[in-house]
Amino acid sequence: MATAAPIRAGWRLKQPSVIPGFGLTLGFTLTYFSLIILIPLIALMLRAAGIGPAGFWAAATDPRVLASLRTSFTTALIAASINVVFGTLIAWVLVRYRFPGRRVFDAIVDLPFALPTAVAGIALTAIYAPSGSIGALFAPLGIRIAYTPIGIVIAMVFIGLPFVVRTVQPILEEVSREIEEASATLGANRFQTITRVILPGLAPAILTGFALAFARAVGEYGSVIFIAGNIPFVSEIAPLLIVIRLEEFNYTGAAVIATVMLSISFLMLLFINLVQAWSRKRYGYGN
Amino acid sequence: MQWLLIAISLAFMGLFLVMPLYAVFHEALRQGVGVFFQSLQSRDAQSAIRLTLLVAAIAVPLNVVFGICAAWAIAKYEFKGKAFLITLIDLPFSVSPVISGLVYVLLFGSGSLLGPWLRANGVEILFAVPGIVLATIFVTFPFVARELIPLMQDQGTGDEEAAISLGANGWQTFFRVTLPNIKWGLLYGVLLCNARAMGEFGAVAVVSGKIRGQTTTMPLQVEMLYNEYNGTAAFALASLLALLALVTLVLKSILEWRFGDELAASGRH
Repeated sequence: MATAAPIRAGWRLKQPSVIPGFGLTLGFTLTYFSLIILIPLIALMLRAAGIGPAGFWAAATDPRVLASLRTSFTTALIAASINVVFGTLIAWVLVRYRFPGRRVFDAIVDLPFALPTAVAGIALTAIYAPSGSIGALFAPLGIRIAYTPIGIVIAMVFIGLPFVVRTVQPILEEVSREIEEASATLGANRFQTITRVILPGLAPAILTGFALAFARAVGEYGSVIFIAGNIPFVSEIAPLLIVIRLEEFNYTGAAVIATVMLSISFLMLLFINLVQAWSRKRYGYGN
Repeated sequence: MQWLLIAISLAFMGLFLVMPLYAVFHEALRQGVGVFFQSLQSRDAQSAIRLTLLVAAIAVPLNVVFGICAAWAIAKYEFKGKAFLITLIDLPFSVSPVISGLVYVLLFGSGSLLGPWLRANGVEILFAVPGIVLATIFVTFPFVARELIPLMQDQGTGDEEAAISLGANGWQTFFRVTLPNIKWGLLYGVLLCNARAMGEFGAVAVVSGKIRGQTTTMPLQVEMLYNEYNGTAAFALASLLALLALVTLVLKSILEWRFGDELAASGRH
């Protein structure tokens, strides 16, 4: 516009555009985000910080809190590991093989996204309780699934599965069979092709899927509490302890547990972003 | 080898996905169709259904407006901090649902700065419908935006620039050019957003106060009935939610098969 002035365009928030609405849409986006997400989260952290470092430390390292965090994180870790194995396998089977009912199973993978968590929780409990169809198979062996940490893992496997399948699946669709054929013509056997050619290429996607499933499992509440048994120090998950603290009107105690969980979640999120940035550089793809 | 892998995968999915779904309907109909319909017609069940529909009817449109605004700002312009904004929008997905409810309890509850003022002025947010709506908006916040952002980024700005240069104003451009381009992606996002909004449990449980017949949504009513050892009624109501999940999956699959090209490739999840 300014034809005469040879001024170098310095720092500017936005590149020029003929399309109207930047102020309106970005303004609404930022306002809505601040009101719904940002301010409430900051209020939470301020509440937790309000009791001072010593008080925060004491509340965060309370034995029951530590036990619940340990339960949440170990069960989530086990569940996410199971999901990585079976999720990758399911993605492979859905992408590579043609069999009757493939589309139906492909659609059903997303069931945990669509089925309300409370419904999943009572359904899993009905199946795995000692009187349930699968629980009854294990009860004579002296193995209890529902109302123990094993039940927590089962619920977390349920809700985490689609994260791994849906992260690995699109990448697997892009990996060309020619690479595998090349590897085979160069003398690799099937096992070598899988471990040295296919899996390294999938590694970033698998790692992302693992992190997403893990993050979801750590925070999960609805599907877990019915099957967990909720015994303090044994099968009490951290989100449940937050609810218990709230029911005791110990709002600050609840805020402290929440802050610890949020900090770990944000580190996970950072980790996912780093993996994806690295994968884009190394393999040329990433979400 | 191939059939072994298929068998293992299908067995795993059967065990973890199909069986729970089957269990819901099996338990719901265990005492016959009569009991099933009777428990759905109870006054509490009816009010829970109404509340769930009301909450979704408020939360989903708000997140649609937000999703469109965010996607428009991010896809149609180049500005500083864009990548960071995209990360921020996904933030609610990494927050535990219980924490999504807790933040509003801390913001509006009795121990907060706002709490006493709200009570003095007779404004009810917690343990009332506004709190439930807020918590639902929080957990469903990213759904529409994250479908539209990659889609609109792929589509670029050419169509809009052409419309503007032909004399259309901003609103005309949006309603006649952009909206037809993104309609299937938008519907896809709405579908997922709505499923989560109607089914949310953890966040809503924390803010609702669970006043029977007033602040219990369907998932909360399911929990209350279940904890009262009224399994059949709990599963009857749960079967409605499972039906909603099935309808969502079917519609979602239809959208993916028929309009896969018009949904963002990276938007599948």
